[in-house]
Amino acid sequence: MSVIELTIIILIGSYFAGLLGSLTGLGGGFIIIPLLTLVLRVDIHYAIGASLISVIATSSGSAAAYVKEGITNMRLGMFLEIATTAGAMAGAILAIYTPTHYIAILFGLILISSALMSLQKKKEQTTIHQSYLAQKLNLNGSYPTAQGTVEYGVTNIIGGFFTMLFAGVISGLLGIGSGALKVVAMDGIMKIPFKVSTTTSNFMIGVTAAASAVVYLQRGYIDPGLSMPVVIGVLLGAMTGSKILVNSGSSKWIRVIFAVVVSAVAVQMIYNGITGKI
Amino acid sequence: MNKLKDTDIQAAIGWVLRTGVFLSVGVVMFGAAIYIYRHGYDATDYRTFKGVPDFVKLSGVVNGMLTLHGRAIIQGGIILLIATPVIRVAFSAIGFVLEKDYLYAFITLLVLIIIFASMLTGHAG
Repeated sequence: MSVIELTIIILIGSYFAGLLGSLTGLGGGFIIIPLLTLVLRVDIHYAIGASLISVIATSSGSAAAYVKEGITNMRLGMFLEIATTAGAMAGAILAIYTPTHYIAILFGLILISSALMSLQKKKEQTTIHQSYLAQKLNLNGSYPTAQGTVEYGVTNIIGGFFTMLFAGVISGLLGIGSGALKVVAMDGIMKIPFKVSTTTSNFMIGVTAAASAVVYLQRGYIDPGLSMPVVIGVLLGAMTGSKILVNSGSSKWIRVIFAVVVSAVAVQMIYNGITGKI
Repeated sequence: MNKLKDTDIQAAIGWVLRTGVFLSVGVVMFGAAIYIYRHGYDATDYRTFKGVPDFVKLSGVVNGMLTLHGRAIIQGGIILLIATPVIRVAFSAIGFVLEKDYLYAFITLLVLIIIFASMLTGHAG
């Protein structure tokens, strides 16, 4: 395959990765890795490098829009980044001693059940209940909707923090963004509106991925010939995605897309675990 | 008062993210033009992992960019993209200090320290 052909195929695939990644807060790795390894027969090391670049591009590209619109809860993101970055570092150290394929299968099952749980919620809940810790940490916020600004409180900070720590460890162990678990932690445990959860997850995944990217850069995983179409495609897709999300009235269908995408990620992970690829 | 300052930080962070993204894409596209012009019809082979060539490594990338290697210039753009979220965190730290929100200045600083620790020790997710 020539450079031009490869570039065009990756460009198109990356556009959809960026689009779905920015809508769901998951990053776009779940499309990039199978596209590169299964379809284009690229070695897994290069694929992991390119996928990491796609996560950073999705995060920065869409976060720029979400932060400007005031949907992202910056303080919450910052606070939880302590857990995700520390967790990721611990996970990367643990990965040296752990048979990761069992963890991949287990985590895949956790993901599927959490995707189903997130679908069951009929109505967008916003809790006005403010916990003591949320007030101390100044985490309660507001976000713009079609019906005007909605105030929301944040509950169960400690539970959310530890789920984030777990999400970080998983991402360090398996080398994935684990955005899914971040969204579940904020939406399900801390009772934050879904739109705020996905955009804040988007905001956070770039930071953890940047730390990994420096390490991968030194190991030679990040090849410019593959990263080039990934960056351009993902950014265009993320911009389209953030426009759609900002202008959409309901988050019901985002939940559906989220559940479908998370299930796809989970199946991938279980498959990789069983075949011993993780 | 507090609210107003928060929107200032938001605006600044949004600006950092947009500038970083546009700059890196600009550099990547410039490198891509050279790369495709020179190698567009070359056959690709990514089936086995060989690492990346020396002029694309962190140590050789500046030299490669100066000698107008397309792939080195793309890599330069990628490095800008990787730096963007880290610069974003550093900017929020400054923002929180200016806002006199020392709790969050500390939290942000802690995140920065963890990021650099994992980069330097090579233990990153």
